[in-house]
Amino acid sequence: MRIAHEIVERNDDVESLYLVAVPNGGIPLARRLAANLRQVADVEVPVGILDTTLYRDDLVVTGERPPLRRTEMPSAVDDRVVVLVDDVVKTGRTIRAAMDALMDFGRPRAVQVVGLVDRGHRELPIKIDYVGKNIPTHPREDVRLRSSDGAPEGDLEVVVVAEHGGAAA
Amino acid sequence: MIGRDLLSIEDLDRGDIDRILETAERMQEVGEREVKKVPSLRGRTLINLFFESSTRTRTSFEIAGKRLSADVVNFSSSGSSLDKAESILDTARTLDAMDPDLVIVRHGVAGVPKRIADELEAPVINAGDGAHEHPTQALLDLLTVRQEKGRIDGLTVAIVGDIAHSRVARSNIYAFLKMGAEVRVAGPPPMIPAAVESLGVKAFTSLREGLDGADVVMALRIQNERLSGAFTPSIREYAATFGIDRSKLRYAKDDAIVMHPGPVNRGVELSHDLTGHRPGVILDQVRNGVALRMAVLYLLTGRPRRRPGESQP
Repeated sequence: MRIAHEIVERNDDVESLYLVAVPNGGIPLARRLAANLRQVADVEVPVGILDTTLYRDDLVVTGERPPLRRTEMPSAVDDRVVVLVDDVVKTGRTIRAAMDALMDFGRPRAVQVVGLVDRGHRELPIKIDYVGKNIPTHPREDVRLRSSDGAPEGDLEVVVVAEHGGAAA
Repeated sequence: MIGRDLLSIEDLDRGDIDRILETAERMQEVGEREVKKVPSLRGRTLINLFFESSTRTRTSFEIAGKRLSADVVNFSSSGSSLDKAESILDTARTLDAMDPDLVIVRHGVAGVPKRIADELEAPVINAGDGAHEHPTQALLDLLTVRQEKGRIDGLTVAIVGDIAHSRVARSNIYAFLKMGAEVRVAGPPPMIPAAVESLGVKAFTSLREGLDGADVVMALRIQNERLSGAFTPSIREYAATFGIDRSKLRYAKDDAIVMHPGPVNRGVELSHDLTGHRPGVILDQVRNGVALRMAVLYLLTGRPRRRPGESQP
């Protein structure tokens, strides 16, 4: 809810907003944010899903072929303020890939980033405009979000998994 | 992805096929964008090594590669050093020395793509070898059926035509059987191989019986050389007995779809109206072919780059 308020504060023209989720974690968050924006500013912000797998910078070097996810962009991107939504931001490479993918869809007026969890360890000059929570972590830890009561609408808790498997916080 | 190459459907298991089809469905969305390009294969070199002419398959692979940002080079056997009697293997080795990331081979003789694959560092895709297999055709046919019907398991697929000489038939027989369909073949007796039922299909020399209750009717191309003489008395005879038109289609299910690998001999294997309109889905097959080939190119180039100076793994 706080993030929805921050977005409205920063953007005069709420009609031009377009939430674009990075799968999979960003999807429920973007939907929630759209619902919150409807409440806060009485605006229907479209929600798109943009898979970044084909734009990853490690495909050539590692030869990995991770499974592709569905991309659905119901709205045109041109002249919109696109707000990328991801659950956890670490190196910034996924956001970089998302921006490259986005540019192939059109020319946004601006791009802003929502990262529910910022765990640090940036490797690229990528900033998060709207942060849910800063959580310092060791680079080799894994950070996941979990719904505390199992329901998609419930509160989210952050689970930090230490390198060798034990849960930390 | 199992194996380095894609030489046949026979070598694939159901899990491999599922993975390819799922990837192809994601690639379809790329083809619907305005900018139909993703950077995934940037800097990779793909070589189309076609010893048999084929505009549609070669173009389909070329477009697929370019949509993935790869560099695609076409090598066809006319006007090349093959005129100087350079052997197939020498040609392949020469190309391999230029370090391609993948080679796509079509040849009139069965087994040539495998022989080339044994020689090369690069992965090889079989784009059709003699009457043996044409794996990407069968995969795009699976994709088309899955999207039209929502599933492949439990469907009845009837393949009609010159089964004996068709690599499309063989690959499709393996493919649809592996994915749980019931497969039938139908055609004039000289075109149905004697032991075909040992593959797990039912053979028919009556079109009516072969199409009875079919969900998918796949018509194969009849090559002109076989239209007169030993295999079938004449074009008119073939068209009358095995050509698919709306009235013959009534033997199949009401919602049956009609497929053809192309190019269609209009009025022979398929009537004019089925070639361009529903329930014929030939143009969808072509469109799906690009997405399917994008998927295969993407999956098979999943090897780490060798750095210059590094020895062979």
